[in-house]
Amino acid sequence: MAALVALKDLGVAFNGVTVLHGVDLQIARGEAIGVVGESGSGKSVTFLAALGLLPRSARVTGAVELDGANILGAPDAVLDRVRGRRVAMIFQDPASALNPVLTIRRQIGESLARHRGLTGQAIEREARRLLDLVGIADAPRRLSAYPHEFSGGQNQRIMIAMALAGSPDLLIADEPTTALDATIQAQILELIGRVRRETGMALVLISHDLGVVAENCERVAVMYAGRIVEEAPAAAVFAQPLHPYTEGLIGALPPIDGPRRRLTAIAGTVPDPKDMPSECAFAPRCNHAGPRCGAIPPLRAIAGARRLACVRHHEALPFIEAAE
Amino acid sequence: MLRYFAIRFARALITIALVVTFAFVVLRLSGDPALIIMGPEAPPEVIAAFRKAWGLDEPIWRQYIDYFGAIARGELGRSMRDGRPAIALVAERIPATLALTLPALLIKLCLGVPAGMYAALHRGSLIDRAVMVAAVAGFTVPSFVLGLTLVLIFAVQLGWLPSGGQDTWRHAILPIVTLGIGGAAVLARFTRSAMLEVLGQPYIRTASAKGIPWRAVVTGHALPNAAIPTVTIIGFMVGTLIAGAVVVESVFSWPGVGRLLVVAVANRDLAVVQCILLLVAATMVASNLTVDFLYGLLDPRLRGARAH
Amino acid sequence: MTAPLIEARALVRVYHSRQGLFGAARALRAVDGVSLAIAPGETLGLVGESGSGKSTTGRMVLGLEPPDAGSVHFAGEPLPPPGTPPWRALRARVQMIFQDPLGALDRRLTIADQIAEPLEIHRRGDQPARAERVRELMRQVGLSADHGARYPHELSGGQRQRAVLARALATAPEFLVCDEPVSALDVSIQAQVVNLLIDLQASLKLAMLFISHDLRVVRQVSARVAVMYLGRIVELGDADDLFATPAHPYTRALVSASPAPGRRSATRIVLAGDPPDPAARPSGCAFHPRCAHALPRCRGETPVLVNVAPGRSAACHLVTPAHAPIDAAA
Repeated sequence: MAALVALKDLGVAFNGVTVLHGVDLQIARGEAIGVVGESGSGKSVTFLAALGLLPRSARVTGAVELDGANILGAPDAVLDRVRGRRVAMIFQDPASALNPVLTIRRQIGESLARHRGLTGQAIEREARRLLDLVGIADAPRRLSAYPHEFSGGQNQRIMIAMALAGSPDLLIADEPTTALDATIQAQILELIGRVRRETGMALVLISHDLGVVAENCERVAVMYAGRIVEEAPAAAVFAQPLHPYTEGLIGALPPIDGPRRRLTAIAGTVPDPKDMPSECAFAPRCNHAGPRCGAIPPLRAIAGARRLACVRHHEALPFIEAAE
Repeated sequence: MLRYFAIRFARALITIALVVTFAFVVLRLSGDPALIIMGPEAPPEVIAAFRKAWGLDEPIWRQYIDYFGAIARGELGRSMRDGRPAIALVAERIPATLALTLPALLIKLCLGVPAGMYAALHRGSLIDRAVMVAAVAGFTVPSFVLGLTLVLIFAVQLGWLPSGGQDTWRHAILPIVTLGIGGAAVLARFTRSAMLEVLGQPYIRTASAKGIPWRAVVTGHALPNAAIPTVTIIGFMVGTLIAGAVVVESVFSWPGVGRLLVVAVANRDLAVVQCILLLVAATMVASNLTVDFLYGLLDPRLRGARAH
Repeated sequence: MTAPLIEARALVRVYHSRQGLFGAARALRAVDGVSLAIAPGETLGLVGESGSGKSTTGRMVLGLEPPDAGSVHFAGEPLPPPGTPPWRALRARVQMIFQDPLGALDRRLTIADQIAEPLEIHRRGDQPARAERVRELMRQVGLSADHGARYPHELSGGQRQRAVLARALATAPEFLVCDEPVSALDVSIQAQVVNLLIDLQASLKLAMLFISHDLRVVRQVSARVAVMYLGRIVELGDADDLFATPAHPYTRALVSASPAPGRRSATRIVLAGDPPDPAARPSGCAFHPRCAHALPRCRGETPVLVNVAPGRSAACHLVTPAHAPIDAAA
């Protein structure tokens, strides 16, 4: 079955410095995929580039296929029909992601008018329905309010309502709960899950928190220094992490239950994109680095619907020749 | 709401009072009006009589109280030169000044704001750099230098336009342009940075991510936010409608309030100077109050309580 | 139990804020009757969400903010009033580190200079002794010698936090308050700093108050944990125990909300409603509007923190045994 969205060799450079090195990723209809990485991993840049939301100074290469058609570099008129309507995106820190001087009605209504062609009373009705859907009480009054009158959690719900206005096929959620309290985080993730079940919408959940991603996604892609280094079904990633970085990330999470153990502290820091080595980007920090790590390992498909970019495992595990 | 404005209004009055007090003290301490107006050769009895007639022989604090008492009654004094009421003198000059400052304000707005916006929207481009260089030139060059340069080029060398006076509408062109350019430069720079700041905000990216076309993002999302700081500086410019042309009026011998002020100060014509300063302070303060009020309209965050 | 190093009793802190431009002043009870005790060398974790009052409590315990009611005792003595010479001298024994290491460091001084600053302020040792102490501190926190000559903006987030830590430890304090020290750091760097804190605490016998909203990190470093909600402690007990079998419904929701790999979202407890406004406190138990098990009693009567099991106290009508002695600082 053809993927809904396929990123093919997506690369991004700012002022001559490459920050994303050829990312390949497929998202099927209705699927929830988590993208995990720390600072400098390129996890947000990937999807901003895919939607054409990076500043003009960014050089984006590769292809972004939506239902088979490449939208990368497409004219604004085409992209404006994709954004919000086929693919919606919500961001971190909802308080600053909403326009402070426009009413909620105006901000939701904009999408409704643009993507569903609604006018007048129809906008009002649909906006109220959306606010109810996301759990904002007293919708008629709230529509006339401004973002600063709501809490962080409520603002994120409003963002979700805005994103749903166009009935998108895919929702990209970029660290949607990072700025929120733990219990509100749970509410937001539960809301996103419920909407997905009801509408069959696909989800890309970007986070630095493996735990969040594991609980809410079917597949997980781990990114490091501008590349995907591992991709696997969520349960498999935790039961059997293959890439040393993934192992390190899991080990760095303090357990909430069970015996306490010393946290895995991956030595060193993420390399500066300006001084990216020609060897495996993780090698300087890797406990298992060896002579074969002098070249950048390609991301290869291996058994169990997984992909891995690490030489160490390539002999131990059978890998599948790329079928596409 | 009432309390808010009552406080602002009270502060405004205090500001005006301070301005006038300052002028009062400085003028009286810096020269003797009697000597200046009557001339140094006048006999001492004439000077003494002049002083007595104008109350200048009283102690300063007495003069000060008398002055404020007079203002309360609505009497703003008389010119020491020709005895006419100061307010009449000033009032008849106001149209002349406005004939310069109002068109100049229009130029500032119509030239400065679009230039600044364009520069911000095309950041880093050739036009952006050109606009910025022009802006820096525009506000660093003092108005009299600019004015005299324009006179040199257009009046003396090319002979297209007259160099001074107020006889025809052509006489207004150079002074208006001189005033307008400096202000347009300031406004361009300011608008550009206000716009750039707004364009860098996360909500602009959200609007694009919703599929709103860029043009609509700029007009519907960016402009309303960029307007807020821009309004402050426009308000300031409106506040200088009366007083902003002092130098230019002198350079071009334009008979407006500014020119009157210069002459009155030179003559220590106290009542006239004080009257003008009172007017200027009042205009400035009024425009600030208006800007404060506009803020409340433009920025919902300032309007008050959470809608819990 | 040995005599506590820090003992806080019934702390109250009220802020007065004005609503918008024209509103009336409102009283905001940020901290409403908090008592806690920390033994020498022990870590107490303080958990809560925004509006819980945990940061304010941390500042009061340190003496940075005077409480409106209640008292704080350090080593048996009440805290001196802020700004006085004894208070300043106490700074050498109690220290604090914060969430934003870049904001906590002076941009214009080198790292080594900043680490040495407390030694200069408290006049410890002469110049060569101080230089040696700075070197030793940098070794302890894992910074190399050439980091000392750099400026804060030239260091990474993790390195900055280590520098802040070194500075805090310069005068060998007995008590360290950590207010969200790792929240702004990447996961792998968090792990480095958390390990460092645990090691330092063991080797220096530091008492710590570790404030965070991240339960997993708090559990890792703390021996005991206090959970705060709207200015009050709602549960207090041994860290492992408390997170394994939370008694208070809020603690249960917090633990359930903590993302854990392997757990499916079906078992997650999702609280209804939003975090309450500290200035508009619900009647009775502050948590009752969001509690799935609220009784009518919960609306009218505020529960008190009482012993519900050995080593555990909770403030909840549902878990209070019939006749329990009041024990505010278990």
